Amino acid sequence: MPTPLVVSDVAKSFTMHLRDGIRLPVVANVSFSIKAGECAVLGGPSGAGKSSILKMIYGNYAVDAGQIIVPYRDRLIDVAAADPRTMLGIRRDMIGYVSQFLRTVPRVAALDVVAEPLIARGVDRTGARDKAASLLAGLNLPERLWSLPPATFSGGEQQRVNIARGFITDHPILLLDEPTASLDAKNRDVVVSMIQQKKASGVAMLGIFHDEDVREAVADRIIDVTAFSVSNEAAA
Amino acid sequence: MSETPLLKVSSLSKFYGSRIGCQNVTFELWPGEVLAVVGESGSGKTTLLNCLATRLAPSAGSVEYRMRDGQFRDLYRMSEAERRFLMRTDWGFVHQNPADGLRMTVSAGANVGERLMAVGDRHYGKIRATATDWLGRVEIAEDRIDDQPRAFSGGMRQRLQIARNLVTSPRLVFMDEPTGGLDVSVQARLLDLLRGLVNDLGLAAIVVTHDLAVARLLSHRIMVMKDGHIVETGLTDRVLDDPQAPYTQLLVSSILQV
Repeated sequence: MPTPLVVSDVAKSFTMHLRDGIRLPVVANVSFSIKAGECAVLGGPSGAGKSSILKMIYGNYAVDAGQIIVPYRDRLIDVAAADPRTMLGIRRDMIGYVSQFLRTVPRVAALDVVAEPLIARGVDRTGARDKAASLLAGLNLPERLWSLPPATFSGGEQQRVNIARGFITDHPILLLDEPTASLDAKNRDVVVSMIQQKKASGVAMLGIFHDEDVREAVADRIIDVTAFSVSNEAAA
Repeated sequence: MSETPLLKVSSLSKFYGSRIGCQNVTFELWPGEVLAVVGESGSGKTTLLNCLATRLAPSAGSVEYRMRDGQFRDLYRMSEAERRFLMRTDWGFVHQNPADGLRMTVSAGANVGERLMAVGDRHYGKIRATATDWLGRVEIAEDRIDDQPRAFSGGMRQRLQIARNLVTSPRLVFMDEPTGGLDVSVQARLLDLLRGLVNDLGLAAIVVTHDLAVARLLSHRIMVMKDGHIVETGLTDRVLDDPQAPYTQLLVSSILQV
């Protein structure tokens, strides 16, 4: 099996057309790869571009230069240049993403929010909901909340719904944007063991963890994002 | 995932005299894909929708549709009768104003049943049962089946229009500001309903809206229009979270935060 994720010479900047076209460089020459069963952690201060790197890999941010190579259906696909349809397929089958905040949809129950990615992959509704229930139970989300839409949940409850949703599938690549930020110690430990299970089953993971204990527990290596940062005087 | 598009649009243009309605629009739509066309009033999005749905003849370009037999046909080389048949059976069109898409003086059940009869259903009991089932799916109580849509609220009328359009299992649905004119709580319910139906039925849809939240919730892909041209296109969350074109940045930054 080819390396699940190869990032080479990726650059990102924001051009603010409403502010006289001012260009804000974020990162340049981002190069690394992640092996199956490895958890790499992006390190560096806030604003260094860690989230931007995750978002580019997920196709959520446009890429200015470079390549992000992911194997998909016996081919190597460059996410930086993939058309929307291919990208949706890659998200369904290859790359999972646990964002910092849950984007809730009105009227959809927590259990269905979690089960949705499995159903999208063709698992039957009952099987998907059973698995969602076991994940939510494992994350100690009270059962009385499962049938409610998560919009009114606390930050920590929403984050657990988000984690369950991200971990329910067996995507070969998993991106984690501070999944433990609003969790208590007990649930942080649950997430750490979930990450270790994913590692053992060969998932390639790339994460951002500000919590040092979590980072210590899961990281195989730290990728220092400041090495990719673009100093402002280099901007045009 | 199907490997053939459902709709192929190339260099589609519509001029009103020397004014541009829309110009040089090219894209493909795949089965199960929801495309949102966004832009402000007068940007040409409704003109484009009407040209695609054969409600307005384009000045140039072509629209090809994959028929149920797998063959692509140019919509504007079909006979008027063939186009009407397509519109009645394989397509749906949800208007912003439900009164434009419903018959206001016949019952809710008949509004839904009429589409079924158009595709050849003749058995009254079966038609009524299907109509009742569809009213339930759009959350209209069974005891309202014999009421006329005149007696319905705006939100109910819009849900009825959706049932009328989806009852024949169309493969492609056009929607023109489907939540425009509804108050916010009614909008949320309708959006959730549409999102569920589109997912369950695997519909392809083209949704014209000026509301980016609607586009975010319903669509996979966005086309941003300005002055009749497409200024940006891409995955919905990419276009909204990292807009590239100056106009898209203006649109996204103009959303009021609650």
